[in-house]
Parts: sequence; C-alpha cells; structure tokens
Amino acid sequence: MPQRISIVEDIMSANDRLAGENREVFDKAGVFAINIMASPGAGKTTFIIKTLEALHGRLRMGVIEGDLATSIDADKAAAAGLPAVQINTGGDCHLDAVMVSNALPAMPLDNLDLVLVENVGNLVCPASFALGTHINVLIASIPEGDDKPYKYPGMYRGVQALVISKIDLLPYVPFNMDYFRHGVEILNPGLVTFPVSAKTGEGMEVWADWLVEQVKGK
Amino acid sequence: MHELAVTQSILDISLRYAQKANAKRIVNIHLVIGKFSSIVDDSVQFYWDTIAKGTIAEGATLHFERIPAEMTCLDCGFIFEPTDETFACPQCLSPKVKITKGDEFRVESIDIE
Repeated sequence: MPQRISIVEDIMSANDRLAGENREVFDKAGVFAINIMASPGAGKTTFIIKTLEALHGRLRMGVIEGDLATSIDADKAAAAGLPAVQINTGGDCHLDAVMVSNALPAMPLDNLDLVLVENVGNLVCPASFALGTHINVLIASIPEGDDKPYKYPGMYRGVQALVISKIDLLPYVPFNMDYFRHGVEILNPGLVTFPVSAKTGEGMEVWADWLVEQVKGK
Repeated sequence: MHELAVTQSILDISLRYAQKANAKRIVNIHLVIGKFSSIVDDSVQFYWDTIAKGTIAEGATLHFERIPAEMTCLDCGFIFEPTDETFACPQCLSPKVKITKGDEFRVESIDIE
C-alpha cells in the first residue's frame, strides 16, 4: 500500500529561493533593482541609457545586461558611462536567478543606488523567472501594436510599471491607445504607466522622477 | 513553457522527499497546476520518461490536478471565473480584480513504497 507524503512545494522553488538571496544582496548594499523586460527591438538598451541622462546624476546607476550572445548592450552602456556587466545565456531565452547571482559579484553594488537588469528580448519566458529584483518593468513600444496586453497576459500581469515607448511614432503607425490601455487595465488594474520617447526625451523626466522616489522610498 | 526544466524540477523535488523517507520507489506524483500556469502535460510526461530512468522515480505516474482561474472583484466582492476576453467583473464591470486561484504550480504530494 503506497504511503502518501505531503510536499506542497512550488516547482519554481529553487529559482525563487535564489532570487530571494539575490534580493538580500541588493538590500544589504542599499540598491534598488529593476528587471526590465520587452520584446526584441522595443528599445530597452536605448531607454536605459536615456534614463541615465534623465537622472542628471541624482542616482548612481549600474546595468546588468542579458543576451544570448555578444556584449553589444554592455558595451553601449559602458560607453555611456555606466558600470555594466554582460550575461550571455548561450541559448536560454530568459535570465534566471542563477545567472543574476553569478553576475552580482562583478557589480560595484556598494557604490550604486539603482541597478537595471536588462532581460533577454522576449515577451513570454522572462515573466516566469524571478531574478530577485524589487520590481519588474515592461517596455511596450508603439510599433509592436496595441493588442499585446491581450496576447501576452502573463507578462502584463506580472509587472509593477509599464513604459510605453517610441510614442514619437504614434502619427505613423496604427495604434489605438484606448484599446491598448483597456487591455492593460483589465489585466493589471491601476498599473503605473510612462508614455515616453527616448528619441525626443518626452516623458523621460517623469520616469526619472518616479525612479528617484522608488529608490528614496526603499 | 520550458517543460524540460520544469520536469527536472519536479523530479528533484520528488526525489528529495522520497529519499528523506527512505522510499524504495515513487509510485505516483501529484501536481497542482493552475490555469494561468502554462505547462503542456504531454511534454512533461515525455521528458519524465527519459529523465526518471534509473532513479526510484522511474515508472511513476504523473497526475495533473488542474485548478480553474478564479478572480475576486475588489469593488463588489464578486467571485467569478474569467473568460478569455476580459478579466473585468461580470457583476459590476469593474476592472479592479484580483486573481485568487489559477497561479498554482506545485508538487502537492507523492506516493511511495
């Protein structure tokens, strides 16, 4: 007669445990960490570099870059003056807590207030892997279309802030903002949103001000 | 998504508890999977047959208990199952809703000998 053993353990428990440890590392160093997710080409790297500019030195910022291959993004960030560490996943379509944990020793955390983790360009998988950051932020760009909240509910439900990027392209591509915002609202009521253009700078100050508030509130 | 990694995790968790209980073999593994946790049962079973070979979990039957999605309206308190089209409250139409069931993704229990 088989004996039943109760387990009740989350399948993601190993990753979640390590994410918790990463979080402790950030907290101990007084760093506010953000997991930035978006489709490939939505503008994550440009947005991160423009965030540095919009902060006007109010926060000491660093980035952890995640890509399958190359150090293109970390090189760009470093050229802009940011402490940057590149993670190459080699084929994994998302960052996980293990990868971030291995990258942390290379970051000068004691000299930083804010770390932005740029996840692999992917609107699906990153949503399932906690990294240990304090919040998740999604960048949705105008050219991607207004139906993405409906099609990627897991991602839209799992973020604490939404950046709507490339708004300078609104006159040129079909995008119904009411339809888009409705989709966001029903999945994530009250989600704070930041319409921006990294190109023109529109909206970047509001985003930077909010970041400063989050770091101060830590 | 990532069924191989998920299957490996299920195996690791099951073996850990079975070994602590000095089990000779694992007969059944009971999984609780909510509607919002996307996982393809057939893929997990497929990977399982390969990676459980040679362990005390070889030949164990995987049982998938599916939990439907449940939302609670934060405005009127109505509890409902959402449709694919909208998560808004069907009673008061408020978009302010909370997921109260459907995010489960766990190994509930195992049966050992």
